[in-house]
Amino acid sequence: MELILAIGIGVLGGSGVYLMLRPRTFQVIIGLSLLSYAVNLFIFSMGRLTVDGAPVIGHDPVDPGLYADPVPQALVLTAIVIGFAMTALFLVVLLAARGLTGTDHVDGREQP
Amino acid sequence: MAALFDHLIVLPILLPLATGAMLLMLNDRRRATKAFISVLSTLLLVVVGFLLVTEASGQGVAAMPVATYPIGNWPVPFGIVLVADRLSAMMVLLTAILGASALVYSLARWHAAGPSFHSLFQFLLMGLNGAFLTGDIFNLFVFFEVMLAASYGLALHGVGVARVKGGLHYIAVNLGASFLFLIGAALIYGVTGTLNMADLAARVATIPEMDRGLLEAGAAILGVAFLLKAGMWPLGFWLPTTYAAATAPVAAVFAIMTKVGVYAVLRVSTLAFGAEAGTSAGFGQTLLLFGGMATIAFGAIGVLAAQTTARLAGYCVLVSSGTLLAAIGLGNAAVTGGALYYLLVSTLAISAFFLLVELLDRVRIEGAHVLAVTLEAYGDDDDEAEHEEVGLAIPGALAVLGISFGLCMLLLAGLPPLAGFLAKFAMISAMFNPAGLENTAPITASAWWLSGLLIFSGFAALVALTRTGINTFWVTMSDTPAPVRVIEIAPVLLLLALTIALTVMAGPAMDYMQAMAASLYAPAGHIGDVLATPLIVGPGEVTP
Repeated sequence: MELILAIGIGVLGGSGVYLMLRPRTFQVIIGLSLLSYAVNLFIFSMGRLTVDGAPVIGHDPVDPGLYADPVPQALVLTAIVIGFAMTALFLVVLLAARGLTGTDHVDGREQP
Repeated sequence: MAALFDHLIVLPILLPLATGAMLLMLNDRRRATKAFISVLSTLLLVVVGFLLVTEASGQGVAAMPVATYPIGNWPVPFGIVLVADRLSAMMVLLTAILGASALVYSLARWHAAGPSFHSLFQFLLMGLNGAFLTGDIFNLFVFFEVMLAASYGLALHGVGVARVKGGLHYIAVNLGASFLFLIGAALIYGVTGTLNMADLAARVATIPEMDRGLLEAGAAILGVAFLLKAGMWPLGFWLPTTYAAATAPVAAVFAIMTKVGVYAVLRVSTLAFGAEAGTSAGFGQTLLLFGGMATIAFGAIGVLAAQTTARLAGYCVLVSSGTLLAAIGLGNAAVTGGALYYLLVSTLAISAFFLLVELLDRVRIEGAHVLAVTLEAYGDDDDEAEHEEVGLAIPGALAVLGISFGLCMLLLAGLPPLAGFLAKFAMISAMFNPAGLENTAPITASAWWLSGLLIFSGFAALVALTRTGINTFWVTMSDTPAPVRVIEIAPVLLLLALTIALTVMAGPAMDYMQAMAASLYAPAGHIGDVLATPLIVGPGEVTP
């Protein structure tokens, strides 16, 4: 499971960074989205990988090792919401830039 | 009254949040009402900031140097806590002052140039204040994002090709930085199991050697995100373009956004990697020192090369944050004290300069008008006539503008007699006497280089600004007074008056800064105070 997750994060992150460095705004936004997935999975993995672990600990003294860490889950939720909102906002700016400059190049003009 | 003081810390976040949300409900056509509410709330924020500073300096009602506020009343390392010490309080006050002056300036015309200006502005203030007050890394991220989301909207305020292009780069770069921030915060959480900065600081020394690499990697990634906000070379190429394209009041309040990055670097590095951090002590300081020096050099060259006044101001921002980063990189409390005074002065001066730039451009356009170039060629000024009723056109505008410009030049170049000189003098003096004035200690090579660069950057600013001044005030053949209104020049004069007040009150101000720097470099008291945050016991509850 660790290997699959690590490869997943690596592939998503790598493709995200590659696309972010491309000259078209649409590629940039897809790159940013992929990168945000990679980051979210990464935060998730920082709570250690557990299978079938309950996220919340009750009042009785228990072994915390049996439970999943709830903090990264809360962090991921926040990060997803924020990342999603920012990507949506970027999409609007992308369309505005396309309309104003007449090209989808990130610099607003085609390279000769 | 004492009950209000208990909640004073949360007000800088709640007040702009409530105001911004309320303004969203009002129709954009009720401009006067919105402007009134917005200005009122920002002025209240100035009062709150002032009270916080008095509290933090130990003269207020509660007289707590480190005031804490557990949001949700959860025990501290687990719950969210707000922390106001001298540094946070000063930054909140500075934000409020810049916000108030930029807002008043915007009333002349810019607030009407697009929808929801006032709401976005309030949310920006909320994000800034939250970032300064929060006590844990993840909420720092959340408030950074609140601030950035509002700043994206404000950077695009007024639209236009240049703004959208600059805004596109700005958003892409900062989104990337946000992801780095998340990776860094997650790594730190993964290693230490805490997000609270004070708790983190207490745990760093006890991290097993095996995990220390991961912790430092996390801190370094976090640092890249902060330094990108601060505009350190080579992460700051987006900055001059975006700032120059933004409208004047927006750029004026953006002047403090780079300082958020500097603040975060200072806060996290002194807390987590201070003297008590075991083998990690002083992590990343060399990089800050050399990165800061490279930023000063790049900024100074940019200042000399800038073709427009707005870009010149953008490069001044880079010089300012480079100076701060390099001074922090020296890791000496006295140098940092001088640097914090410099932070105050340079932020006020740059903010005033951004406001002034637009007025200066108007003077130049008046000159162009004489040369039979019509105003319509400069699309910006088409709506001049319809806003004519806001404020009075003042006589002798050129003289007032000239004096303000001169003051800005003295401050930015660091020439006597104003506070810019005092700030640089304090830093260089502390660099040459690293162990205090009584003791002689060898002067390090980096101190020589840094002081040389500080003087060079001041010289570059002097040359570039003198050139701009000559081109604006002496070459212009305009006989008619420039259309400058009281409401536009008053915020500039206010900011400059504050720097003059800082010059006159340099003694108490420096005392405050030195106490601040000393407490930053001896974080044990801060950590203890935060971790011992008392919870509020309601009626009928028992203390656990």
